[in-house]
Amino acid sequence: MTKQVILGAHFPGVNNHTVWSDPAAGSQIAFSSFAHLARTAEAGLFDFFFLAEGLRLREQRGKIHDLDVAGRPNTMTVLAAVAAVTRYLGLAGTIQATYNEPYEIARQFATLDHLSGGRAAWNVVTSPDAFTGENFRRGGYLERGDRYVRAAEFVQATRELWDSWDSDAIVADPARGEFSRPGARRGRFEYSTENFGISGNFTVPRSPQVHPVILQAGDSDGGREFAAHSADGIFTRHSTYDAGRAFYADVKSRLARYGRSPGSLKVLPGASFVLGGTPAEAEERARHIRRQQVSPQTAILMLEQVWNTDLSSFDAEGPLPPFDPDPEAPSIIQGRARMYDDPVAVARKWRALAEEKHLSIRDLIIEVTGRQTFTGTPASVAAEINRSVQDDACDGFILVPHLIPAGLDEFAATVVPLLQERGVFRSAYEEGTTLRDRLGLGPARPAASWAAARREHVDA
Amino acid sequence: MPETSELHLAVALDGAGWHPAAWRSPDARPQELFSAGYWADLAREAEAGALDFLTIEDSLGLQTAGRFAGPDDRTDQVRGRLDAVLTAARIAPHTTRIGLVPTAVTTHTEPFHLSTSIATLDYVSEGRAGWRPRVAASPDEARHFGRREFPALTAQNVTDPAVAAHLRDLFDEAADAVEVVRRLWDSWEDDAVIRDVPAGRFVDRDKLHYIDFDGRWFAVRGPSITPRPPQGQPVVASLAHAGVAYRLAARASDVVFVTPSSAEHAAQIAAEVRAAENHLERPRPPLQVYADLAVFIDEAPGAAAARKHHLDDLDGAEFATDCAIVAGTPGELADLLLGWRQAGLDGFRLRPGALPHDLRQITGALVPELRRRGAFRAGYAEHTLRERLGLSRPANRYGAGRSQTGRYQIGAA
Repeated sequence: MTKQVILGAHFPGVNNHTVWSDPAAGSQIAFSSFAHLARTAEAGLFDFFFLAEGLRLREQRGKIHDLDVAGRPNTMTVLAAVAAVTRYLGLAGTIQATYNEPYEIARQFATLDHLSGGRAAWNVVTSPDAFTGENFRRGGYLERGDRYVRAAEFVQATRELWDSWDSDAIVADPARGEFSRPGARRGRFEYSTENFGISGNFTVPRSPQVHPVILQAGDSDGGREFAAHSADGIFTRHSTYDAGRAFYADVKSRLARYGRSPGSLKVLPGASFVLGGTPAEAEERARHIRRQQVSPQTAILMLEQVWNTDLSSFDAEGPLPPFDPDPEAPSIIQGRARMYDDPVAVARKWRALAEEKHLSIRDLIIEVTGRQTFTGTPASVAAEINRSVQDDACDGFILVPHLIPAGLDEFAATVVPLLQERGVFRSAYEEGTTLRDRLGLGPARPAASWAAARREHVDA
Repeated sequence: MPETSELHLAVALDGAGWHPAAWRSPDARPQELFSAGYWADLAREAEAGALDFLTIEDSLGLQTAGRFAGPDDRTDQVRGRLDAVLTAARIAPHTTRIGLVPTAVTTHTEPFHLSTSIATLDYVSEGRAGWRPRVAASPDEARHFGRREFPALTAQNVTDPAVAAHLRDLFDEAADAVEVVRRLWDSWEDDAVIRDVPAGRFVDRDKLHYIDFDGRWFAVRGPSITPRPPQGQPVVASLAHAGVAYRLAARASDVVFVTPSSAEHAAQIAAEVRAAENHLERPRPPLQVYADLAVFIDEAPGAAAARKHHLDDLDGAEFATDCAIVAGTPGELADLLLGWRQAGLDGFRLRPGALPHDLRQITGALVPELRRRGAFRAGYAEHTLRERLGLSRPANRYGAGRSQTGRYQIGAA
């Protein structure tokens, strides 16, 4: 059977992928920008809107990073407002489990699910660091190994809370004087594990999806396993065809041991794109966008992330530093994960490449860092997307436009109709009313069933 | 009539209304209390009456019949509620002028998240956000988080030294939370985003500020992830019944809701509030004092009281709440509001006994009555909530000595 393509619309993030220097670049914080992208996605019949989160402004060399778009809203609050300007679109928010408690998260997602008529999704992130923790009373640091144990318990706790009201608890029958059914469970819960000891009464009655969709972002072995036993979808960096096929096979193979079918976990890589009327035009636009994304200042900064030292005296249009990085020096970058495992090897490779092709620092950075996932005509991009989905490199893509707010307009207008023509993308929202329906996930499995499957495997 | 003679009027939304049997009223919508449509309709109704703002109640615990009791088993009253900040954000795009003031608890929550969520409410409403900070004193709510143990509260022990100290701590913590929230709102200067293409710089990092708060309950470094909200400082409003809460209001708030039982009592409370204020060097305009009143309104004389009695009968007890309860005609209520106002009140927060009935009576009958008396505005003139309350847009505490020309434009794309 032909697989249907899943599409998510990622609001552009606070990194150099998002081009702010273009005349068409709008506000990164005005609600009109969020409404615009969401409405475009809904007009294009996308499955969901997606928001990332960062809880501390990034720093490099002890100073706040000033070259990229910065400043974003509270994820949950802006999604609640986006619910008001959309009807069918799923609303996926990234929320750090580290700086929240299950009770708050469960309450907010259940509320969003009620207020959107069953369209909420939570992208669970668990990358604590002491730097971000400085903004929170909880602090932030967890040993890497503890991370996914706590995350699994956290998600399990929220599911227990979401299940804590009987589905028929509220009758609201004025004639009988019964607001709730006598004997019904109304939020009573108790959850006790290594990381949590909570009990009481949950305030939010059962929401339309019962369990909002759970996504997990993280490609490590621990992250994959966490997705396999606890998530409905996985947001991955593996967007290319070959890497995607390997990742997909690995992740899906982990499901059986938790009693899950391959279709119950959706693999959704993030992907960027550039469209053009002809292949040459698309390539030209891609080159132009890459130069916008890598300003001279950004090129130096990205070089510093490998060399791990101050390179501000270097000319971005000139040659690379003649010396090697010092791997022992303390990291100069804070607020995002370390990007290179072996900086000396990377530096040597880059220098060799620059010498061979006569590249300046900026040209080299453009050459070696994140090019667009899809570059081509609408027809070729539609074909590539479909090939990746049909060949099990993924189940769909979360598309990341490079421009706020109109960066998705052209894709929705030109690529979506071609996917529809191929019969691999919906031509109307008609699968049901909730995001779970839309993604084909079926009704929520009770919290106890998730816990039992996980326990069985861990104990086995 | 001079503008100073006009009342400020807010409405307090909670479930099906403040009477515990309100959900059984003929026009109640008890099946829809957890739906967006219900809340959007209430907000539109309040806006149709040109009310200053609406508040939305919230708590981290389930409703209960007894003030100090834990969760109960009553099935004849509304139980369950949604997060108020998200509800406010959900209705913001359906309204254009009314202020939106949700309750959010400071006790178990992160000041950083509170700050960005209210700032974001200000963005999505284009300058209409406020916040009512609230403490959560009960041990039941503490167990929802499992990080702190709180003493049991009873009507008898609230004056015990240990319990009184616990409550004082919660209010001190709340004051610290508001301070952190306010500093984070200012941690981006208005013109911090420069989009300087030749220099390759999106922000001017000299206009982003660490807040470096270090208190007894938390330390927060900053700056915020959210740029300074449209109003600069969204309105902070707190409910206060006694000295410790008046002091919190004086330290932290722009508006205080108080609960007098008579005009004389209102004068006494207003004096206490001013005294609490005079103890401090308040970095902002004087507190605006609003009296809370639970209201049942019908045009026919005696009808509102009869309706309230009927609801009392259904509930099996006479309605009691933490503020005065008034049942009367629109004219009687207007008399009362204008009389009490003389005690030094800036306005009132009306708690409708039943929703939507008493809200419709406020917008459809009380408001026209006040207008006839020259005591209420004809419509909305201002865009932001601060403007409506006569609060200027405050200078940024971190921008001293620098001009504040780059103010956020309402409606900017």
